[in-house]
Amino acid sequence: MHDRLIALELDPAVADASEVRDYWLLLKPNVMSLVVFSAAAGLYLAPGNLHPLLMAVALLCIAVAAGAAGAINNSYDADIDRMMARTRRRPTATGRIRPDDALAFGVTLACMSVMVMGLALNWVAAAVLALTIAFYVFVYTMWLKRRTPQNIVIGGAAGAFPPIAGWAAVTGDVSLAPIALFLIIFTWTPPHFWALSLDRCEDYARVGVPMLPVVAGADTTRRHILAYTLALLPVSLLPWWLGLASGLYALAALALGAGFVRFALKLSRDRTKRTALRTFRYSIVYLFGIFLTLVLDKGAQAWGLAW
Amino acid sequence: MARDQDSRRRIKNIALALILAAFAALFYLITIVKMSGGGT
Repeated sequence: MHDRLIALELDPAVADASEVRDYWLLLKPNVMSLVVFSAAAGLYLAPGNLHPLLMAVALLCIAVAAGAAGAINNSYDADIDRMMARTRRRPTATGRIRPDDALAFGVTLACMSVMVMGLALNWVAAAVLALTIAFYVFVYTMWLKRRTPQNIVIGGAAGAFPPIAGWAAVTGDVSLAPIALFLIIFTWTPPHFWALSLDRCEDYARVGVPMLPVVAGADTTRRHILAYTLALLPVSLLPWWLGLASGLYALAALALGAGFVRFALKLSRDRTKRTALRTFRYSIVYLFGIFLTLVLDKGAQAWGLAW
Repeated sequence: MARDQDSRRRIKNIALALILAAFAALFYLITIVKMSGGGT
């Protein structure tokens, strides 16, 4: 790590070109939005009442923790980010922020988010938050990403923790229901990232990141995407099975899942990058749809409109 | 170039000061809510 930082040492004048906006970009705001949305769903679905200010603080802590993990990831991956088209504009890749500055920024935010969550909400939620950051940084970024094509299968757990953190912020414990939400994101992550990596295969190959299309080929990846989208169908029904959601949710989840399977089937026949990118985009719509339906379903249950 | 750098540095310092002020205000509000029994 130290050698990598030295190798990326930059002209101080260039590094000082950083602006507030660069620090914002370091937090990966696009990723943060999905994290905040799934965490908000966890907060809303959890039984119990929480003061609106504390709800906002919990969401802020989860968002800052996600951003902190992103900043540390940017710091560690600066060497490969500058060689990939998708990431070459990141502040650590362009040299506007030095990797060690990004690391310090990320660690500071991580500590603050966990501490505030613990003090303002409860220490179970804080522990889940700390686990999320540690998993993303140590397990995914440092251990798995450059070593195995299963990187995003196992590392995807990091992105699946936010609904548990949101739930724990309200209840102070972790039960089966938030674990069902975790499993939905966990099963959704591989086809989501593999669809993207089919489109960016050359990028990953160039920097030596062993994504599945690079190591096993595009056809195997397409088969894996189909298998995971099929597995996602029963997993997405878990909230209904556990009594967290009604039959209306189950129908919506099946419809959204059928759409995902349709894209995966199309991808296995039509091997263009355009279809891979469309599958990737649909996967985002799918996850937003699932969590939005869960939230609306709870509202419908409260009004006696669901069954 | 030096003026640009100074300007960027000043904006970053102001941003940091605002964040710290917001952080202090947040802790103040959290304390009020917790003391009034609105917390968990």
